[in-house]
Amino acid sequence: MSFAEYADCIREGDVAIVYLSHDSMMPVKVQRGAQTQTRYGVIRHSQDLIGHKYGSKVSCSKGWVYVLHPTPELWTVSLPHRTQILYTTDISMITMMLELKPGSVVCESGTGSGSLSHAIIRTIAPSGHLHTVEFHAKRAEKVEEEFVEHRVGHLVTVRNQDVCKEGFGVSGVADAAFLDIPSPWDAVVHAKTALKRQGGRVCSFSPCIEQVQRTCAALTDHGFTELCTIEVLLQVHDVRTVSLPLPDFGPDSDTNEEQNQNQSSPASTTTIKTTTTPREIPGHTGFLTFATKPRT
Amino acid sequence: MADNGEDDSQYKMREGDYVVLKRGDIFKAAQIQAKKKVIFEKQWFFLDNAVGHLYNSTFEIHGGQLQPKKIAVAEGSTDSKEAAGVDNRNIVDDGKSQKLTRDDIEMLKEKGLKGQEIIQQLIDNSSTFRDKTEYAQDKYIKKKKKKYENSITLLKPSCRILALMYHGREPGKICHLRYDTLAQMLTLGNIHAGSKVLVFETCAGLVLGAVMERMGGHGSVVQMYPGGGPVRAGVDSFGFPAHFHNTLHEFPISRVNALLAGTLDAAGKGPSADEQLTNAEEEQPQPAAEQQGSPEELSVDTSTADADSRAPEEREKEKRREAKEQEKKQRLDEKRKKLATAAAVLEGRNADGLVIASRFHPCPVLMGLLPLLAPSRPFVVYSQYKEPLVECYAKLKEQGGTVNLQLTNTWLRHYQVLPNRTHPMLLMSGGGGYLLSGTTVAQGPSKPSKAAASQSTEEPAPKRAKTVDTD
Repeated sequence: MSFAEYADCIREGDVAIVYLSHDSMMPVKVQRGAQTQTRYGVIRHSQDLIGHKYGSKVSCSKGWVYVLHPTPELWTVSLPHRTQILYTTDISMITMMLELKPGSVVCESGTGSGSLSHAIIRTIAPSGHLHTVEFHAKRAEKVEEEFVEHRVGHLVTVRNQDVCKEGFGVSGVADAAFLDIPSPWDAVVHAKTALKRQGGRVCSFSPCIEQVQRTCAALTDHGFTELCTIEVLLQVHDVRTVSLPLPDFGPDSDTNEEQNQNQSSPASTTTIKTTTTPREIPGHTGFLTFATKPRT
Repeated sequence: MADNGEDDSQYKMREGDYVVLKRGDIFKAAQIQAKKKVIFEKQWFFLDNAVGHLYNSTFEIHGGQLQPKKIAVAEGSTDSKEAAGVDNRNIVDDGKSQKLTRDDIEMLKEKGLKGQEIIQQLIDNSSTFRDKTEYAQDKYIKKKKKKYENSITLLKPSCRILALMYHGREPGKICHLRYDTLAQMLTLGNIHAGSKVLVFETCAGLVLGAVMERMGGHGSVVQMYPGGGPVRAGVDSFGFPAHFHNTLHEFPISRVNALLAGTLDAAGKGPSADEQLTNAEEEQPQPAAEQQGSPEELSVDTSTADADSRAPEEREKEKRREAKEQEKKQRLDEKRKKLATAAAVLEGRNADGLVIASRFHPCPVLMGLLPLLAPSRPFVVYSQYKEPLVECYAKLKEQGGTVNLQLTNTWLRHYQVLPNRTHPMLLMSGGGGYLLSGTTVAQGPSKPSKAAASQSTEEPAPKRAKTVDTD
């Protein structure tokens, strides 16, 4: 197992995702002799996980769970939050608009909880590299541990420094740079430095429009082109079978007795398959501003 | 502009390269071919001059030739910005504010004036320009620039640019798959280097190309195709290096049942196989065959009508025909070999991902291809319409073998960000299509204690009740 490479069977040391239900998943570090408690009962790693195939069903005392191969997307919905994180909808757009692919060299700041980092690493493997900067020492340390545990440590360098003051720690090597920090306009110059002299793409994620405006101004000042600010929202549709009652208008006076007899027991409901949207949905995550660094 | 570094070679355009032309927000894919005329945005020109220049270079069109544009540092020159009005209370639309007539403008164009110069003329001859607000002036210039500036930029193709291009130019060809939806597909499908991905698409090859780009030539892609042969026009536009194509396999969807039943004659020895292959051949010749094959065929036909006046030429033709036949046989063998390879790739039923985006009803496609996936692998199905995906969802719930099902679509909103003029551009709700995604799981047997499929179809009650607390 690795977050950038599929395996069939669960081995000791793997990180597996235990699937309890659609909105309840937990990552588990597989260790011989270890046990994991879930609300469906206990999972004994030696018997229930090691040597079994990913995707198999594990019986617990009060039900069953599935154990899934880790992916950046499953990790995003199950990771321990140390910060606000980016979700798959925004991550997808960032990945495509930054033109990430195997071999890309990417700079990112801040690392935060590593939600986006895992997705970037997956995309740029096996030959790319992620340089990620996190100014919070504890978080930087923790996320680095996770990368090693997820067997992608060789694809990423974590630097504990302030990107606004000290930059990304590399220059002229990146194909793309990503900023998710409170004052991205202060880091635009560093993004420019980090990007290849032949040019590259940059993205900044900000929740507030004032941040976007300052960032766009800074990008323009530093000669970035093709500025584009977008917002992507996910709409989820829950599939439901619903019954709609039919009103009873009483006997129809126009029709004769016989027909009335036939209508005496009309179906009082009709059933349809449809979708509903959750009562409340995330209406805003952040604005994504993209730009191109032209060749210098 | 120190552009003489030796690492620049890969950034330079060469003959035969696939490029994307850009003018404003309009894109068009093209190939750089010597003396080949290209028509773009009502202008025609040759791309020959682009050879040797760097990608992302901007050119001006003069007499059908591309001329590198000098980099105007002060692009939004502010020489005319001194005078500006405060509001529009005194501006009347009498249709006479522009002193130049249509003919005048045509004349300026014919004189070969540069776009910038025409715009300056228009500004100078507009009686209301100076009364417009600074913002309105900006807008005016921008609008005129769009119309009269005849510069184009040549870009290196990428998934982002081609997805934008197709959505803007030919949404019908890609089943109205919007680029943000395509982005979701690639992520939800966990497309990455080293995996084995099945793709079924009728999106001109855009989805296939996008998948291939994300795999970077590592692993394998099997294109499941309907009809006579795979459509890959969009893939060509990506301009992938040759080794990418070694990882691309093709398999006719019409033989999936045989494959699943184990009755597929992968070696292609059976008569039915032969027939199918020849049919395929005729319906959809390979691009290479199309280029050199058909004109030859034509010439052969006409020559038979001719008397055998020129014997040596006739013999030559005979030889060519033989060669052609040989070639055809070779192609058939090739095709057979390809089918066998693809079948071998699929044999293990251990594919790592499945991406479907077609004009076909997604339900049978999904049900037919899902058995080829290994457990714990993602799949993603695109449809322009929601209802067929609702059907898919219900069917999957019924038969089990999948978890984490999600039916979604995305909204995309663009913003204009300018000092004091920031606002959303346009709402793009709907029209971008819908996605059904999920993860495969093993069906029962590993735990014999768990009974029947019926139990696995519906999640137990306590789990259901949980669906309220979304995060």
